[in-house]
Amino acid sequence: MITGKTIAMNSEKKQSNIAFVIGASSVGTLIEWYDFYIFGMLATILSKQFFPEEAGTAALLSTLAIFAAGFIVRPFGALVFGRLGDLIGRKHTFLLTLVIMGGSTFAIGLVPGFKTIGWAAPIIVLILRLLQGLALGGEYGGAATYVAEHAPAGQRGFWTSWIQTTATLGLFLALGVIILIRSGQGVEKFSAEWGGWRYPFWISIILVGVSVLIRMRMSESPMFTKLKSEGKTSANPLKESFGNKANFKMVLLSLFGAVMGQGVVWYTGQFYAQSFIETVCKIDFVQSRNIMLVAILMATPCFVLFGWLSDKLGRKWIMLLGMLLAICTYRPIYKEFLDITAAKNRTQIVDKGLTAAGPKVPLLDAKDKHKMYVKQVIDTAYTDGSVFKYTITDTLIGFNELQLDSAIDLINPTLIKYHATKPNVLVEKTMGKSATWNLIWLVFIQIVYVTMVYGPVAAFLVEMFPTKIRYTSMSLPYHIGNGVFGGLVPFLGTLIVEFTKSPEKPAGDALAGLWYPIGVAFVCLIIGVVYLSNKIDENVMD
Amino acid sequence: MNTLKKLLGFVWMLLAPAIICFLVYEANAKIAAATAATKSNVILQWAIILIIFTPICIGLFLFGKYAATNEYAHLPTSSKEIGD
Repeated sequence: MITGKTIAMNSEKKQSNIAFVIGASSVGTLIEWYDFYIFGMLATILSKQFFPEEAGTAALLSTLAIFAAGFIVRPFGALVFGRLGDLIGRKHTFLLTLVIMGGSTFAIGLVPGFKTIGWAAPIIVLILRLLQGLALGGEYGGAATYVAEHAPAGQRGFWTSWIQTTATLGLFLALGVIILIRSGQGVEKFSAEWGGWRYPFWISIILVGVSVLIRMRMSESPMFTKLKSEGKTSANPLKESFGNKANFKMVLLSLFGAVMGQGVVWYTGQFYAQSFIETVCKIDFVQSRNIMLVAILMATPCFVLFGWLSDKLGRKWIMLLGMLLAICTYRPIYKEFLDITAAKNRTQIVDKGLTAAGPKVPLLDAKDKHKMYVKQVIDTAYTDGSVFKYTITDTLIGFNELQLDSAIDLINPTLIKYHATKPNVLVEKTMGKSATWNLIWLVFIQIVYVTMVYGPVAAFLVEMFPTKIRYTSMSLPYHIGNGVFGGLVPFLGTLIVEFTKSPEKPAGDALAGLWYPIGVAFVCLIIGVVYLSNKIDENVMD
Repeated sequence: MNTLKKLLGFVWMLLAPAIICFLVYEANAKIAAATAATKSNVILQWAIILIIFTPICIGLFLFGKYAATNEYAHLPTSSKEIGD
């Protein structure tokens, strides 16, 4: 006889089961995101380690290209592992993707530098990066499908939103681990050939090991098990997903009406913002990352909030509202970034010994003894607590070899063949408390947009496709939207700014790069408003 | 709403080749303007952009075609409608 107590116990058991499913899936997905992002966070150091020293910016660009390759290959991972997931099951497929991701991340940390193995170094790193991209392409769809197929009807948005937090928390973890190791070791030790920059890659193997153990204890998705027992699984998921017009139509709709806009909002809020405050606003390395860390931490609960809200109001309007807000406010937000960090908007402290010009330090070029750099650091302090550090480097080229032992001011000008007309000036800004908080709030607002578009998207995609081809069908648009449209935001944004540079305006229009995410989000918004349905699919068992 | 869906379908069908034409035009202009030192980098950048966006634009064209033929007038409410 079924009593009230039995029902309560069953419900409690079900609740703890779904909590375990969420926990186990989320930990693995979080680690995969962590693995994927540490590469980008360490791009500057990797470019020095895996490319010839003299390559400079070209090396950094090549490293960023390898980083981008990981994004571009994600849709292929979605096809390969999505197909596998619909054929052999969700559990084993995303166990496999986790092992590939962990193994390739760990291996990147073991690759000797360019100095030791030459061009083999960047080639091996590229291959490992492609493996990372493939694995991630297979992981997310599996985890989202798995959780959604366990979630009770009417709570799918809420439960899958936990999986949605992992991408942001993975970024948080990557930032945190790197800052922690770098602060502990110091810049020099951290950047050495076998220095601390390798630790975040090695740590991955421990995290993946733990996650594999947890995932081994998981059971297969109940819906997939049911299909399998009835012999109704797909024989050819790729053909059924993209060869079947009715389904392909929905793949296109999900890409152009939701995921492409979601992708650009995600990457603008979390990657472009960081790159902008570091490279355009010139905020110091650690402070720019701390700003991101605090903003991410504050905004992360909103994923769950909007996931839950999407169960009540529907997925469509929450996602589209996030896009609309992003379209309308991106330019004012980034304009505010520039204003907050500009020197002209603050009062300089002149009499307190805080604004000081350091001595001019001469440095001989390591290879060319005719070349000398004269470096001077000037700290400028402001009343709001901000300090702007200007490093001015002048280049001198002598007719004869230059000597360090004579003070630079005493060098006979007739000995100098060339004197740079415009010294190179590097600025590093450490913002005061109030300015830092203003920056945090501006990043926070953007991450709230991310949570609006990203929180409900897993449930939205799961509900669009049938169980037997769900993994394949939802993974492809997700990874084109995020990996391609989103992943290209930093690259295309920077490229657009380059186009605006001219001899009259050498710095170009710093805000021009935003036209790419704004344009993509705008087209997506129109398609979403006109073509998407706000109806929640109550039955995803079919 | 269905008329709007249909009309916008033509817009997407036109937008897709327009994007490709714009990208090809920009690629030509930027490659021509590049200096000898930066030429290979610029070619690589634009090759990547064109390779990535061409299939996406084909997808957008197909989406527009389906929309213009009113295929999105009714969205499936059950997986049976997606069928085999």
